[in-house]
Amino acid sequence: MTAPAATAAPARARTKNVRARRETRSGYLFLSPWLIGFFALTAGPMVASLALSFTDYNLFNDPEFVGLDNYTRMLTDPNFLQAVKVTGIYVLVGTPLKLIAALGVAMLLNAPRRGQGFYRSAFYLPSLIGGSVSIAIVWKAMFIDNGIVAQIGSFFGGPPASEGGWVGDPARTLPLLILLTVWQFGAPMVIFLAGLKQVPPELYEAASVDGAGPVRRFFSITIPMLSPVLFFNLLLETIHAFQVFNSAYIISNGSGGPAGSTLFYTLYLYLRGFRDFQMGYASAMAWVLVIAVGIVTLILFRSSRAWVHYAGDER
Amino acid sequence: MTKAITHTELITTDRLAGPRRRHGVGHRRQSALRTTIFHVLTLAVLVVILYPAVWMVMSSFKPGNEIIGSVSLVPESFSFDNYAKALSGIGGVSFWTFVVNSLILAVASVVGVVLSCSITAYAFARIRFRGSKFFFLCMIATMLLPFHVVIIPQYIVFNQLDMINTYWPLLLGKFLAADAFFVFLMIQFIRGLPRDLDEAARIDGAGHVRTFTAVILPLMKPALVTSSIFAFIWSWNDFFGPLLYLKDPGMYTMPLALRLYVDQTSTSDYGAQMAMAILALLPVVLFFLAFQRYLVSGVATEGLKG
Repeated sequence: MTAPAATAAPARARTKNVRARRETRSGYLFLSPWLIGFFALTAGPMVASLALSFTDYNLFNDPEFVGLDNYTRMLTDPNFLQAVKVTGIYVLVGTPLKLIAALGVAMLLNAPRRGQGFYRSAFYLPSLIGGSVSIAIVWKAMFIDNGIVAQIGSFFGGPPASEGGWVGDPARTLPLLILLTVWQFGAPMVIFLAGLKQVPPELYEAASVDGAGPVRRFFSITIPMLSPVLFFNLLLETIHAFQVFNSAYIISNGSGGPAGSTLFYTLYLYLRGFRDFQMGYASAMAWVLVIAVGIVTLILFRSSRAWVHYAGDER
Repeated sequence: MTKAITHTELITTDRLAGPRRRHGVGHRRQSALRTTIFHVLTLAVLVVILYPAVWMVMSSFKPGNEIIGSVSLVPESFSFDNYAKALSGIGGVSFWTFVVNSLILAVASVVGVVLSCSITAYAFARIRFRGSKFFFLCMIATMLLPFHVVIIPQYIVFNQLDMINTYWPLLLGKFLAADAFFVFLMIQFIRGLPRDLDEAARIDGAGHVRTFTAVILPLMKPALVTSSIFAFIWSWNDFFGPLLYLKDPGMYTMPLALRLYVDQTSTSDYGAQMAMAILALLPVVLFFLAFQRYLVSGVATEGLKG
């Protein structure tokens, strides 16, 4: 601000400038708690864990630089590969099933009827409590129990192979955990419902007049109009599914067993980092997770251009 | 999807969308049939959804030897022994110690989230400053970032600061607006408030601090309530954080105590485990029953703004 305020225009520019500077100062003042948190608790630790991932560190001795050893070790670590497999199946099977359940029930609840609010809340409840230790314990007990669940289970797939019901059978622990996540379809369902409310009823009426049946209307109107919400749910649920921990920890007593069948990625990371104190290896695993989640996010965003329709084009 | 749905809007659209009146006998019969189908289907879903909860409650009243091996859902004889056992504490630590520990953490989390996230949300939603777009993107990115990438360095630093086995590592982030979910929820809410109010305050000579405390904050109440409930419940249910940082059973929260209990009672005593699990979930369920509208509309708000 070196220009002399000889004329009106620069003076105005100057007051505008002063105001902009004041705004910036207030902005950073208000933002300071978050900024401190961002640098001290997120950005800084991210850089630190990247650095640690190239070292051997056990919390007691000084970190020792080992280059890419931690990363190459993963390729031959059977437990790591098992963790990738278990988590991959969980994400690929659990997330679509959960979203299909969420969309199905949302469609069912969409028509305004008595009791809608009650049902919506009741179906949401599992999402709120499903991640808790309590529910994981219930789930475990329910599948050891000889009650209705086991009866239905043996009706569909014969009796469990070993003692301890489904929980003791390596072939069934993963389905059991997928069932637990599908059970929590309420949160995406609520989001779908809110999205369905935004679809203008005129579209359905016009389609009906043109002779489109319910199936046609679902695929030609509901799905395209809902695609932004679908995308949002898909993205969030996928990212969450990568990070499942509590249920696997509780059901396997923190071991990832039986036979590594519940050795989820984050559980293995925890065991390496905080049971074996292999902080370098665990950091490398954490970064591989970040990159994997990043790639999946990128793929979803890229693909969304082809199938997500944003309102505004249509309306 | 550019439109933000505020709580009030969501609730009013709910109410307005009452049953549509149709005329004609044929229509009425058809809609009665549809209503019946609707209720049959939803009730079927409801039974499946609530079955684990019912099983849990019923099992908690069964005597120890009756749970495994009994096909019946309803206990043959109701017994409160399991609750007495659960309430008697674990390993010499009183049950109420765990409750108090969990309460301290949950209440402190709520205070931290309300204070820090509302300030942050105001900065992003109402102040124009250089760098705000960049940091907004950073904030969104933290929502998608797997937090595992920061826990190891955080643990190392907290260990060096001698803060293991204290509540600091669990609370610091709450006071530094680390939960982007809440910041985002509040930004969406503030953006839905008319700007005229700010401008009126500005003309009256109020700066940002005054505008925030006197105008925006009081109007944000619904978003603050939603955030508080979620912050409380998430803190109450949190397992991973306490598992990492709390070592002394006297410091344990309910979920950790529950895990300890399961470890100690092994496979035989499910009844007592169920009783304990129910007691641990009770505050969450009570919150849910009291505030379900806020919770459900909070989730809906989060989803609806592209």
